[in-house]
Amino acid sequence: MSLDLVVNVAIAGVLTGLVYGLMALGLSVIFGVVRVVNFAHGEMMTIAMYAATVLFTTLGLDPFLAVLPVAAAFFVLGYALQAGLINPFITRPEHSQFMLLVAVAIILVNALLMIFGPGARNVQTDYQLESFEVGRILLDKSRVYAAALAVAAAAALFAFFRFTLTGKAIRACADNYLGAKVIGLNVKKYYSFTFGLGAACVAVAGCAMVLLVDVTPGLGPYYTLLAFVIVIVGGLGSMTGALLGGVLIGVSEALAGLFIAPSAKSMFSFGLLIVVLLLRPQGLLGRKP
Amino acid sequence: MKRAVIGLAVLAALLVALPAFAGPYALSVATLILYFAYTGQAWNVMMGFAGQLSLGHSLYVGVGAYTAGALFFHYGVGPWAGLWLAMALCVAFGLVIGFLAFRFGISGVYFALLTIAFAEFTRIGFDHLDWLGGPGGMFLRVAQRDAWDLANFRGPPLMYYYAILFLTAGAFLLCFFLLRSKAGYYWQAIRENEEAAQALGINTFRWKMAAVALSAAMTSISGVFFAFYYNNLFPEQIFHISRSIEIILGPIIGGIGTLFGPILGAAVLTLLSDGITEALAALGWEIPGIKQVFYGVVLLVVVMFLPHGIWPALYRRLGFHK
Amino acid sequence: MTLLEVKRVSKSFRGLQAVREASFEVPQGSINGLIGPNGAGKTTIFNMVAGVYAPDSGEIVFEGRRIGGLRPDQVCAAGIGRTFQLVKPFAGLSVLDNVIVGALHKERTVGSARALASSILKKLDLDAKAHLPASSLTLPDRKRLEVARALGTRPRLLLLDEVMAGLRPTETDQMVQVFRDINRAEGLTILLIEHVMRAVMALARHIGVLHHGEVIARGTPEEVVRHPAVLECYLGEETEV
Repeated sequence: MSLDLVVNVAIAGVLTGLVYGLMALGLSVIFGVVRVVNFAHGEMMTIAMYAATVLFTTLGLDPFLAVLPVAAAFFVLGYALQAGLINPFITRPEHSQFMLLVAVAIILVNALLMIFGPGARNVQTDYQLESFEVGRILLDKSRVYAAALAVAAAAALFAFFRFTLTGKAIRACADNYLGAKVIGLNVKKYYSFTFGLGAACVAVAGCAMVLLVDVTPGLGPYYTLLAFVIVIVGGLGSMTGALLGGVLIGVSEALAGLFIAPSAKSMFSFGLLIVVLLLRPQGLLGRKP
Repeated sequence: MKRAVIGLAVLAALLVALPAFAGPYALSVATLILYFAYTGQAWNVMMGFAGQLSLGHSLYVGVGAYTAGALFFHYGVGPWAGLWLAMALCVAFGLVIGFLAFRFGISGVYFALLTIAFAEFTRIGFDHLDWLGGPGGMFLRVAQRDAWDLANFRGPPLMYYYAILFLTAGAFLLCFFLLRSKAGYYWQAIRENEEAAQALGINTFRWKMAAVALSAAMTSISGVFFAFYYNNLFPEQIFHISRSIEIILGPIIGGIGTLFGPILGAAVLTLLSDGITEALAALGWEIPGIKQVFYGVVLLVVVMFLPHGIWPALYRRLGFHK
Repeated sequence: MTLLEVKRVSKSFRGLQAVREASFEVPQGSINGLIGPNGAGKTTIFNMVAGVYAPDSGEIVFEGRRIGGLRPDQVCAAGIGRTFQLVKPFAGLSVLDNVIVGALHKERTVGSARALASSILKKLDLDAKAHLPASSLTLPDRKRLEVARALGTRPRLLLLDEVMAGLRPTETDQMVQVFRDINRAEGLTILLIEHVMRAVMALARHIGVLHHGEVIARGTPEEVVRHPAVLECYLGEETEV
């Protein structure tokens, strides 16, 4: 096994990891603010991927262009989900809210199965077969573009939270629910907004991911767990942590696939989740729970 | 209270007499209901009594099934002997998970995620174990017998029905006595408020471990039953997270922490889902996934509007509390 | 005889010194108070005695045995019961069942635990509500339940954490009477944290005053009320009595 191969695989892992990171970022934002464990996160990602494939086959839209309508639609749907389903039950115990989203996840996954069937679908653009040559490293164009999209979206999100009034208000709600209410912030509305944002993140990640892998309905649960692994490894409540965790998982998955066996990839991720939950539950960059 | 006892006696009599007037299809449905009732009851011990949400219970069903199955497949060891090893292994797994979780203070949703991670880890692991058949599955020799061969747990569907009925009744009685015992009081105290429980002298770590161990042991028996009833085991199926969710649907819909909830929930769920599948098939719609969508909708509705499950409300309606 | 001895105990949280070299003794059979402004460190000391935290330094000795650093359930086994400032009833259980949980600590069977629990409920005037769910109780009753539950474990020392908070004067007087009765009838030693002066003055024979984590005065109620350091911390300087 040559060093070139390892480096290539590792870099591919980093790029994929950035897309994972964006997906996890959506979860981190939702959990960090609304404190809801979005068990339907992976299903949302899968739906985004399907949406991208449908738009590609019917309208010929490249996923990069599909990002805008899909993200917008997801924002609205996420907002509606939080406003309609979760906000009214916000006083319920934790595991009750959790089961709500488990139920939503079950419905979504199987609705996808009903609509699209179990077969795999994908997108086939011209540039997916081309690659960049940087020295001795071969980079798939699609992977580079996908990663770039992820980074751009993440940067936009960071800027939103840092510089806009709404972003700051949301951070206030996350930091101190009661305090935010006292100063007159409509916390429930901001929760809905945040869920919408998180959903939009996932939408962009999905459009990026569809350039890299085929989509099947069963991906939902897998991505949900992956998102949780990343968020927990990277640290709850830390946006940079989510991206960092994503890259870490992306690289280790890729290398595990190379050195052990392709099917062992996810086993490694779960093993890592167990280790992190036990030794450092706040993750790499998170605050202590 | 008296009404409840009478109701229970009537139900028991009906269940015992069921095969006399039920056809083979109805019998298989009843067997399935009781299977989920029993497994749900086993899960209920951990959640309803001790308050620990496990979303990875398929782990114990799978390990139980594969242990007993492998012993039979490779060495011809009968289920009664295999049962003990299956239980021991499941309890070991449970204690490991419990120890790791409780020592490190992991609870609530994090605990649920931990259980999922373990189940998934095991699923993928078993896919790679060729000695257990790998992804292609393990197939136990099916001997169609009309006679009851209890030693090898082989026989007509009737035998399996009474076996699972016996198990369910046993679990019900066990939980009934547990609830009234010191263990029951202590577990419920831990579930309600762990800090207060500690202040009253309860070693919550030990008691939580006990709940996990008992739940795992009971669930392992489910697995052994599964292995010898269905006779084929695939890691993808038996360890899959959908199995874990199926297990918890009954108790959640029926009522967590109640005695009768898991049984009622399993019945409602299985009958309704079967009914819907039949109705759709009659209309010519055979769609994969529709049953699961139905499960999801029922779960959603129950969690939203009947957070304590159907049974507590029904209990009052039927006047059983008098 | 000294039942509980807290010797130069200190505790800090992330750099904030909550308790600094606090020392006091609790004689057996007496009712003792621990008072001080908010943030003085009273509950921290309580929590150290009860096993919630381990002291950073110093010793806690109960009946001649070092108990610093023991787990809460071990502290209960040693003979110390406690109530919580924010009451923690077992909401889903009945009032009687709540106390049975406590009684099961020492009683061997559920039956005998139930008998003990019933008698305790009677003492605390809760027997009429024995079969109601704990979640349906009013605050004063919840506080009584909290005490009843702790009494179920047959403690030799009872720690009461602001048990009078939120009670009306008549209710406070009733609680005071209950504690007086238990103390007299069974010789139960009581250590209470309180803000409600009415109760402390009526009950406690010895009082310790905490301020900024240090014990600034110890003595009988009359002595403490006149102590210059106490007056300064509660009322500011230049106060005359």
